[in-house]
Amino acid sequence: MSRIWGVLAWFAGIVFFAPVAWMFLTSLHSESDAATNPPSLAAPLTLDGYTEFFNSGAWPPLINSFSASIGSTIIVLLLAIPAAYALSIKPVEKWTDVLFFFLSTKMMPVVAALLPIYLIAQFAGMLDNISFLTLLYCSMNLPIAVWLMRSFLSEVPREILEAAAIDGAGLITILRRVVAPIAMPGIAATALICFIFSWNELLFARVLTGVVAGTAPVYLTGFVTSQGLFLAKVCAAAVVVSLPVLIAGFAAQDKLVQGLSLGAVK
Amino acid sequence: MAVLTRERSVVDRPPPAPRNKYPKWARRAPLLPALIFLIIVTQLPFVATLVISFMKWNSLDPAGRGFAGFDNYVNVFTDPDLRSSVVNTIVLTASVVLISLVLGLGLALLLDKKFKGRGFVRTMLIAPFLVVPVAAALIWKHVLYNPEYGLFNGILNWLGFDAQPDWISTMPMTAVVASLVWQWTPFMMLILLAGLQSKPIEPVEAARIDGASPFQIFRYLTFPHLRQYLELGGLLGSIYIVQNFDAVFTITSGGLGTANLPYMIYQTFYQAHEYGEASAAGVIVVAGSILIATFALRVVSSLFKEEAR
Repeated sequence: MSRIWGVLAWFAGIVFFAPVAWMFLTSLHSESDAATNPPSLAAPLTLDGYTEFFNSGAWPPLINSFSASIGSTIIVLLLAIPAAYALSIKPVEKWTDVLFFFLSTKMMPVVAALLPIYLIAQFAGMLDNISFLTLLYCSMNLPIAVWLMRSFLSEVPREILEAAAIDGAGLITILRRVVAPIAMPGIAATALICFIFSWNELLFARVLTGVVAGTAPVYLTGFVTSQGLFLAKVCAAAVVVSLPVLIAGFAAQDKLVQGLSLGAVK
Repeated sequence: MAVLTRERSVVDRPPPAPRNKYPKWARRAPLLPALIFLIIVTQLPFVATLVISFMKWNSLDPAGRGFAGFDNYVNVFTDPDLRSSVVNTIVLTASVVLISLVLGLGLALLLDKKFKGRGFVRTMLIAPFLVVPVAAALIWKHVLYNPEYGLFNGILNWLGFDAQPDWISTMPMTAVVASLVWQWTPFMMLILLAGLQSKPIEPVEAARIDGASPFQIFRYLTFPHLRQYLELGGLLGSIYIVQNFDAVFTITSGGLGTANLPYMIYQTFYQAHEYGEASAAGVIVVAGSILIATFALRVVSSLFKEEAR
């Protein structure tokens, strides 16, 4: 009986993974081998698709994506960690209300704020500017980061904090020697999840950036109406752009569920 | 893989009631930067949207700007395109969430069993969720669906079928839904798997000893325990998929009757420059989201209260 479940699970895994595997394989084929019917599985491998991709202006969007994602992740952590501290270790009164306010902002559709944000950017001369996009990504990820960090910080055992305080440790010492070591894996997971969300974002980037500050997803939209022989190149582009997310996602996979459910599920 | 280890507690315990060792301002200080930042960046734009929704404003006609009353709302509700985009949003969200929940439940139940290479299968199943959404949509559009050299028709050809359908133009909505189901099933699976693995083992053992069938165990023990995880997955999925822009934009460019509300708003504002109407549509999306969000917040808060137990 258990063998049947195993076979079924393997079958499902392979079916779901097949498009990803096919994307990798096609990215390593030449354009003419990529566009055959029936598909040519055993065609010779080449890196032409990747060379083609990097030679067609792919670096600036990739660098823009990295700076917006990493920049916003750092700012989010700087804002979220103290806030989570004030919601878990030394909670303010009505801390649950504050927590749910953070969550409710995440449930509002961003598309409704798109126009005013565009107008503000236009007014401030910040259109096609990567710093403005970075700031928006901060607001997009801040509620997630606060919820996650709160759930990680409340795992710090209260007894240890009290013991440290009784032993005369000051606030800084407690933070550095007690809280930080326990919270570090949580901070890392939060950072990876914020990075993924910023990296994936398309709508804001598409509306607010252009030639200068366009991010990797905006670059990819250039393929939407492509015609002719470009499959190897589009696959190479998809692989390169997805690679940071795949790496971050697998690195955070233990905490991925907790992050995606905003700390509600462990 | 810590997720695979059995964990009893679903949610963490709450912090104790605040004690008055520190003055109030000192407790609040660390919270304020984040709170103020979030209010400015997320709440003010919504106020602006509300104001603009009552204005006559087309950016190509700056002189004609003025107060419009409820005109934009009347236009939005009488515009057949916008009305169909509301229907599309509901159809898209409901079908993606339901199908990926059912598939995710099946996969989670499979992964909860012991078999060779379970960790590897789990990794393969997560991969679709970790492909950048635009990239995934591009792959589905060009590499899988393409009628001449796409993988789907290639497989049909291999299997000896003569049919070579043009997937996107014959079934546009199904094409978009399928690509999103592929991306979101892993998400549902992860949440439900965490639910399954937090299930206490003793009642199941006891039921088995008492002669309960596997179906009875699922129906009366596993399913009730999973219910809150199904709700959570469904609601979080709805919140994300209602806002979906990437797949619609990439696969059909909003054509062939697949434009959803986010795409429609994007187009009204970005291409038609109708700022007033785009804002009115935005206000309607917010109203709809508040409806879903109220339920979602209730579910999260019930999970949250379990901490106190």
